[in-house]
Amino acid sequence: MTFAEKRAERKKDKEIRKIEEQQCEWNMVKKPTNVVINIILAICSLAAVIPFIFVIIISLTDENSLVMNGYRFIPEKWSLYAYKYIVQAGENIIRSYGVTILVTVAGTLLGLLLTGTYAYAISRKTYAYRKFFTTVITIPMMFSGGMIANYLVVTKVLMLKDTVWALILPLCLNSFNIIVLRTFFKTSIPDAVVESAKIDGASEWKLFFKIIIPMALPGLATIGLFLTLAYWNDWFNAMMYMDSKEWVPLQYLLIQIESSIDWLASNKSMMGVDGIKAAANLPKETIKMAIVVISTLPIIFAYPFFQRYFVNGLTIGSVKE
Amino acid sequence: MNSKKKAPAKKEGLSFMARLKMNKELLVLSLPGAIWFLCFAYLPLFGILVAFKKYRLSGGFFESLWNSEFVGLENFKFLFSSGDAWIVLRNTVLYNFCFIILGVVLPIIMALLLNELRNKAMTKVYQSAMFLPYFLSWVVVSYCLFAFLNPAKGYFNGVLQQFGKDGISWYTTKSYWPFIIIFMSQWKGVGYNTVVYLASICGINKEYYEAAVLDGATKWQQIKYITLPLLKPVITILLIMAMGGIFKADFGLFYQLPMDSGPLYDVTNVLDTYIFRALKTNGELGMSSAAALFQSVVGFVLLMVCNKVVSKVDNDNALF
Repeated sequence: MTFAEKRAERKKDKEIRKIEEQQCEWNMVKKPTNVVINIILAICSLAAVIPFIFVIIISLTDENSLVMNGYRFIPEKWSLYAYKYIVQAGENIIRSYGVTILVTVAGTLLGLLLTGTYAYAISRKTYAYRKFFTTVITIPMMFSGGMIANYLVVTKVLMLKDTVWALILPLCLNSFNIIVLRTFFKTSIPDAVVESAKIDGASEWKLFFKIIIPMALPGLATIGLFLTLAYWNDWFNAMMYMDSKEWVPLQYLLIQIESSIDWLASNKSMMGVDGIKAAANLPKETIKMAIVVISTLPIIFAYPFFQRYFVNGLTIGSVKE
Repeated sequence: MNSKKKAPAKKEGLSFMARLKMNKELLVLSLPGAIWFLCFAYLPLFGILVAFKKYRLSGGFFESLWNSEFVGLENFKFLFSSGDAWIVLRNTVLYNFCFIILGVVLPIIMALLLNELRNKAMTKVYQSAMFLPYFLSWVVVSYCLFAFLNPAKGYFNGVLQQFGKDGISWYTTKSYWPFIIIFMSQWKGVGYNTVVYLASICGINKEYYEAAVLDGATKWQQIKYITLPLLKPVITILLIMAMGGIFKADFGLFYQLPMDSGPLYDVTNVLDTYIFRALKTNGELGMSSAAALFQSVVGFVLLMVCNKVVSKVDNDNALF
């Protein structure tokens, strides 16, 4: 290639880029409009995140300056005391953290297994009872027994009151998740794969665990995150079914300390006369806010995953059959 | 019934047992889920009977259901003769009405704005920020709100006092709460719905817009004649579902956010909280069951009617 040819080529490239730029410019809003849109969206975005940032700031404020000045965005004095207290003396907080983690992990795994198997079965075209089992999950979407009936069944028929199962079982399956996953199976796993495996003599078990699960990982991840979020943020089941102090998840602990001022006294290290005296001097407000922060931190860290897979799930879920 | 069921099986040349055998493996796979649905979705349907009984707990659930006295519609009469029921119904329907309208309008505006942004990198940032509240539980949100509304130390009262005004006792003053509840519901939910609408907008074929621009259409005209009409299916489906849920309320929003504050019941009590309080404080099973059944039945009927209406007008947009 001669020099002149090269130059001609570069010139051509430049022209193409220019045209492309113009095309990009073509159907865009004008620059001043863009500024206005940016301002509106920036305000909305700030409004969305500031309340939680405010809670973080309060949890890091020194209790004395809190009493003096009230909650402020820029506190007079910062302090890590609330977090130190939780690490050192917060037995029931750490226990609740454990309960939440246990319930979330166990529930998500169980939920994935149940949702996966059910969704797989009704996604198979050769399954003779496909229609029946699809109807089984669509009816509850339209008509439900309601809160009281659920309460009676869980406590009086299944006898789950005050057991950890009352926190796990009611949330582990729902029609929406099954439908999302079924749609995912149908659209992302070609029939040919299933058929050839069947011809090779694979049982449905093997097919599901060895072939379908690895192929459907993105779909399962979406459902897994739906479940994880539901379990982590669940307080309703605890409020309904937990009277004992044994299984108190973080969110329910937050509700309990919201209403009682002397909740700290229930900590073992705070027992006795000295304990009550110490409890009176404790930075209650900042500790409460610190618990809010540590209970939400895992979600904030996992947020990028959540967002990516949630959007997937939402768009799959809104596909109409 | 039976002969009808058997007929197609015979046509395929399979007896019931043979068919069962052929589908054995898949049946086993779907059974655990089916058992769950039996326990947690279909057994509670028996609980509906509680609404027609003078329910007394003695022994097991079915035993006491059997032994309780049948009172017909007595529970419903009792429910609707109490003054509370009408306030509760009014609150539920009016709030949901606002939520439905705002839940369509605000997210579509947001999605359109995000879509028109010139700097695509910022789209992601804004979207992430607005989606965040959806991931917080109502308990955490109630703490966030409390940070602003705390009567002694809250941010708002601090600002008011700086201007030499008296602080407001937020958690006992009724008049602010309709606005607070509507605002917070949108604060938490707008990000989620924006994502749904933005995904639909991104799915619209770009060629429509190109053709429109060639014909000299302005941005406004493109939105009015291309984007919005093409969003109609999504909007319709979400509206039908919302209509089915007009008697259901987000429990956390109405229970946690006002911190279960008694003076606010007039404007924060909705069907779900009413049923819950009846269960937890009075143990009033019959009447609250009646309320729950009322909620389910009306929701179901509304869903069906809306779907029917939509399918008459435009069959493609109906839910089923």
